[in-house]
Amino acid sequence: MNIRIHPSALRETRWHEYFIRFVLGGLATVATGAIANVFGPETGGLFLAFPAIFSASATLIEKHERERKEKVGLRGARRGKEAAALDAAGAALGSFGLLAFGAAIWLLAPRSPWLALVVGSAAWFAVAIFLWSIRRWIWACR
Amino acid sequence: MGRGVKEYVIRFFIGGFAVTAFAVLGDLFRPKSFAGLFGAAPSIALATLAIAFWNQGAEYAAIEGRSMMIGALALCFYSIAVCELMKRCELSALAATAASLIAWMSVALGGKWLLLG
Repeated sequence: MNIRIHPSALRETRWHEYFIRFVLGGLATVATGAIANVFGPETGGLFLAFPAIFSASATLIEKHERERKEKVGLRGARRGKEAAALDAAGAALGSFGLLAFGAAIWLLAPRSPWLALVVGSAAWFAVAIFLWSIRRWIWACR
Repeated sequence: MGRGVKEYVIRFFIGGFAVTAFAVLGDLFRPKSFAGLFGAAPSIALATLAIAFWNQGAEYAAIEGRSMMIGALALCFYSIAVCELMKRCELSALAATAASLIAWMSVALGGKWLLLG
């Protein structure tokens, strides 16, 4: 299956759902900073990869997929769970990208902070896409 | 407004914006497995590290980056746990993500204890 942009998906998300994500994301960033201030950067750094809005996102995916199926008269509970599970599988691959991001920050930050952020972001994207492509290729070969 | 409070307000808005932006990207793309990559985007990390560079310096941010690698490994275990709980046990997204936090905490704190002391 090819990568597609699905703009109509944005209409399924209501403004209050974006607002909830914004608030949760903001609070998670504040909490991460507070943890680092209290317990130090070694502990605070762990929470840079904390799944802060994962629960809200997975719940929304499950709900939207269920509603889409119910609109056409189907029972969407199972499909909703499958969609959220697939999203979680993608996040498992993306987490290796996050590991590459952390490594770039660790190795490059003392030399050039902003270069570390740029290289780290590129490394996240490249590793995540690479692993996703390998997974897709394996599935296609089955 | 004190410097500390101001810093937390800035954190809130930068973090909220970054997380929402990556969530919108995740909504836009199909298939779902690809969109899920954005669920592990460095949204909170970008906001936090940019402020750390500015406030605490590069060495501080580098230490956070090193620990983040353990956190990322914990996120991998967490995501697999969420996926398996939903597929095999048919738990709801809310129940699966809540239960899997045990996996994240165990791997993150255990990994830090093992690797960093």
